[in-house]
Amino acid sequence: MKICITAQGDQMEAPVDPRFGRCAYFLIIDSQTGEMSAIHNNGGASGGSGVQAGQTMADHQVEAVLTGNVGPNAYQTLQAAGIAVYAGISGTVQEALECFRQGDLPSPMAGPSVESHFGEA
Amino acid sequence: MNKNIVVASGKGGTGKTTVAVNLAWAMKGQTRLLDCDVEEPNAHLFVKPDILHRQEVTVPVPSIDEQRCTQCGACARACRYHALAAVKGKVLTFPDLCHGCGACGIVCPSGAIREIPKVIGDVESGRRSTLEFVHGRSRVGNAITPPIIRAVKQHVSRDRINLLDAPPGTSCPFVTTLQHADFCILVTEPTPFGLHDLSLSVDVLRQVGVDFGVVINRADLGSDMVHRYCAQQQIDLFAEIPFDREIASACATGEILIEALPHYRQMFHDLIYKIIERTLA
Repeated sequence: MKICITAQGDQMEAPVDPRFGRCAYFLIIDSQTGEMSAIHNNGGASGGSGVQAGQTMADHQVEAVLTGNVGPNAYQTLQAAGIAVYAGISGTVQEALECFRQGDLPSPMAGPSVESHFGEA
Repeated sequence: MNKNIVVASGKGGTGKTTVAVNLAWAMKGQTRLLDCDVEEPNAHLFVKPDILHRQEVTVPVPSIDEQRCTQCGACARACRYHALAAVKGKVLTFPDLCHGCGACGIVCPSGAIREIPKVIGDVESGRRSTLEFVHGRSRVGNAITPPIIRAVKQHVSRDRINLLDAPPGTSCPFVTTLQHADFCILVTEPTPFGLHDLSLSVDVLRQVGVDFGVVINRADLGSDMVHRYCAQQQIDLFAEIPFDREIASACATGEILIEALPHYRQMFHDLIYKIIERTLA
């Protein structure tokens, strides 16, 4: 299953980035094989980063997103794309992946976890 | 004489509106005051105009005809503002992010996008005595103000001096107000914040090529850092307004300064002459 974990760096040891739309990197991971590719997020500068990030997930056929917080526009886009959203994730990407594999995460979000513009500097 | 004079400041709360209102009032038979600070218009609190005309400001936002849409995603890729997303056979629209540029409709190969108007603000116009007045106001929740500012500016007079009270800051709303300006008065204060934001405004004005002069408000407070900056940059100081408790009281009760304190009238007349001298040169 293809999942995405937002990260502050481009390695599995990087901490999970608590922001979705304005995270530093999207790490796209095959949860079975552990194969990973990092995408630098260039959507952080202007408005609409939540929608843009949601579109990126849909374009990469991601099935689940693990991150800190998700705003309303991002949530709406992910939900329409049928992507499960696990918010409130912390620690390293590797640890988050382990939790996901073990089924240790709480159920996916039923709505956005924060207001718009939450992740702006 | 038809001139567009913008009164602006990088920093908020420096006295922009006080300067704009009093300049307009000092030559009220020949001016039209346009309050372009549509997020927080306040010139009307001093002018107290009779509003004679109101109009809504709209921007065109996309509406998707799902029968015609082939979910190709061209619209979402074309949108610079990410106001559209194409996911799993569905196109989502986010009208709050839309700037109304129309690119989505142009690129759609199947004619599935129709533009519908979305109300984002209002423009009101009127007068008090011989002063003509226009202002715009953004609706609550709207984040995109340049279309409202452009709607206000459609009311610039062809035979009067237009005084445009600009929104604070140096981003799109300021630049939109500056378009077609003949001159800009930058109001600042002698504090580190005042100087910092003044220098940002100066950078913008030099880049867009609009001539300008500086008015220092509360000029006898703080330090001489703004004076030194202006001298260094060869920027003309057009006026210095003192820190005066009577000015604060008059402003706080919504009075026009030169009416409440007539001894300041000459200062605004001098300022007008300096502006006219520069814009005729």
